[in-house]
Amino acid sequence: MVETGHFALVLAFALSLVQMIVPLFGARLNNQRLMAVGGPVAITGFALTALSFAALATAYANSDFSVASVWENSHSLQPMIYKITGTWGNHEGSMLLWVLILTFFGALVAAFGSNLPATLRANVLAVQGAIGAAFFLFILATSNPFIRLNPAPIEGRDLNPVLQDLGLAIHPPLLYLGYVGFSICFSFSVAALIEGRIDASWARWVRPWTLVAWMFLTGGIAMGSYWAYYELGWGGFWFWDPVENASFMPWLAGTALLHSAIVMEKRSALKIWTLLLAILTFSLSLLGTFLVRSGVLTSVHAFATDPARGVFILCILTLFIGGSLALFALRASRLTAGGLFHPISREGALVLNNLFLTTATATVLVGTLYPLALEALTGGKISVGAPFFDLTFGPLMLPLLVLVPFGPLLAWKRGDIIAASQRLMAAFAVALAAMLITGLFIDGASVFAALGIGLAVWLVAGALTDLAVKSGVGSAAPAVMVRRFAGLPRSVFGTALAHLGLGLTLLGIVATLSFGTEKILTMRAGETVELSGHTLRFVGLYPAQGPNYSEDRGRFELIGVGGSAVGEISSAKRFFPVRQTTTTESGIKTLGLSQLYISLGDEAKDGSVVVRLWWKPLVTLIWGGGLVMMAGAAMSLMDRRLRVGAPSRRRKQASATAPTVLP
Amino acid sequence: MTRKQKRLSVIVGGLAFLGAATGLTFYALGQKASYFYMPADLTTASVQPGQRIRLGGLVEKGTIQRGQGATVAFSVTDTHKSVKVTYTGILPDLFREEQGVITEGSFGPDGVFVADSVLAKHDERYMPKEVADGLKAKGVWQESKSE
Repeated sequence: MVETGHFALVLAFALSLVQMIVPLFGARLNNQRLMAVGGPVAITGFALTALSFAALATAYANSDFSVASVWENSHSLQPMIYKITGTWGNHEGSMLLWVLILTFFGALVAAFGSNLPATLRANVLAVQGAIGAAFFLFILATSNPFIRLNPAPIEGRDLNPVLQDLGLAIHPPLLYLGYVGFSICFSFSVAALIEGRIDASWARWVRPWTLVAWMFLTGGIAMGSYWAYYELGWGGFWFWDPVENASFMPWLAGTALLHSAIVMEKRSALKIWTLLLAILTFSLSLLGTFLVRSGVLTSVHAFATDPARGVFILCILTLFIGGSLALFALRASRLTAGGLFHPISREGALVLNNLFLTTATATVLVGTLYPLALEALTGGKISVGAPFFDLTFGPLMLPLLVLVPFGPLLAWKRGDIIAASQRLMAAFAVALAAMLITGLFIDGASVFAALGIGLAVWLVAGALTDLAVKSGVGSAAPAVMVRRFAGLPRSVFGTALAHLGLGLTLLGIVATLSFGTEKILTMRAGETVELSGHTLRFVGLYPAQGPNYSEDRGRFELIGVGGSAVGEISSAKRFFPVRQTTTTESGIKTLGLSQLYISLGDEAKDGSVVVRLWWKPLVTLIWGGGLVMMAGAAMSLMDRRLRVGAPSRRRKQASATAPTVLP
Repeated sequence: MTRKQKRLSVIVGGLAFLGAATGLTFYALGQKASYFYMPADLTTASVQPGQRIRLGGLVEKGTIQRGQGATVAFSVTDTHKSVKVTYTGILPDLFREEQGVITEGSFGPDGVFVADSVLAKHDERYMPKEVADGLKAKGVWQESKSE
């Protein structure tokens, strides 16, 4: 089975070369038969990669320690779920998952791209094939997961205990679906540059892919953040760690792309800019892969430091980013510019959004790469952390967040800022009230907290206002209102939900940072402690045995008003003997939208234990907001005009004749 | 305003915005980045009390003292010099004697380094990169230690 997987991988590499070359020449020579090769090859390549991945997963599930990768990252006593997720809990396997998703997206274009112009489809598949070929070669040359050991060891070295968590089953696949999903946007852009032609139908094709990739990336980042929050035991949800930034940069650029693609689709404007953004977004995904996989950074994500891998990925990076940007420089001037618009208009608002988001991306990029560059040039070692990003990213985001509710209320071409402001009066009043209530009635609220809560409420209220205005609240009869609301395009709900989710995430962040409390103390069994109105009793430490670890579980009781226990929380220190590693399992109790968080420290000689406790008000909204954003993207995807096979010509006419048409 | 003036004002506004963002970024890099030092570097570098730095090295054997409550004191060494560090909180799971560690914080007036965060290596296979590089530069590191 392992050799089958290895062979399938080599074959998939060969097919990716075919997919890269043949359709490209077909498009050049306008030869239908050569162009038609791309589709079946892409689908077969995906099938072979899937077979290869299944073979590796089987080796992991069966604990086949004759495979080096399995020996290094698995153990026969691990629960089955971690044996399987361990397939991508290491460098080699995660790269295989990367190409699996890449070929999956290529196969989707091949399977559902029948209504694309033949040459565009051929070129897209060729570019997709080129990316695949580079990464297949990378895997086979430097990170082959199928290398055997002889003689086979009897027992494996266990998966990194930090990764032995359900998070590993969800976070990497979601994140990769996002990262790699942007490869389609990249391929479409390069294909358009090769053809030297781009139009609104191109945007109609690229937008759903952007939405899909963005949706998964949002989920991947949110999941990663929650995982780090509960697994690392530090109680933080975002550390501005270079690895986090590596996933955040494509998200910011992807968000900008999502918005500029709307302008291109609706108004045929910003074509060249959209194209450049698509290239940059995937370039940032590649850069993220490089930062995480090359070992230039130390982190849980950097599994192994092999200089050959770093150099190889750097070559791929240079080739694709340099090549696509060079092509852009050569060809972009051939593309025709689109329609004109007034600065105060929907287009203008979206351009402003893009200006803020790309600048913010650039500051994150500088903050992430500057320490690396400085070390390479001068040998000086610095760390750029939260204080830097608070000072740069924060001020850039604030005006953007204030402006968000205005965008959807402005009309295309020429908007009326005064009318939009009037419509937002109610939302503004609600936000102001929230701000005043926070500032005046909550103890210890700083100016920052009041402004932050006000801003979050402003975003939520603004999103709801958008829906209310568009369904005619205040101007139409209730029955008409309901009918209009139900008849709103799905993408209007999508926009509103995504902006609402953003507000919820902000609310969670501000509330946790401003009103969260923390205590570090030593406790003995039977002692109680109070934190923000919650009383906790430390019951004691109880040893327990897991499948591949032993643990000391600290049990705590949440004491209710009457003095009786109303809930239990437990946090544990787990010791994994194979890796001689200890991990902390944090104890979390969700109360409404807030959480009590307990992290167990070391046991002192006198039997008392160091305990760190946090009260995190509204903290779940941080990730809940992410889920709402994902729901928004899913809603937009269901929009009729994005549905594959929708009659695009008639839709165009409809939007031209209906002046009040919504995005 | 004519069309040309309007366009010009949009461009100037955009450039001013980008300029402000660039200025802010470089100001923040100068002010907010914290430099990494090993104990021996501190004799040559001038680090003021209160200035935020990252101090890395090995946890010196036999120096870990648990005081009252959750405060821990230990020494960070690069085998040439060592620096006394205090930290209040929960030490990372991988914090051990003679293991690599990075502490972040600032010197108090009494010359004791007060750390507000302590990072140990992420798993048993490698050290924090800065510490490994620093020890290599000082000729203390042996490759065999890395496995």
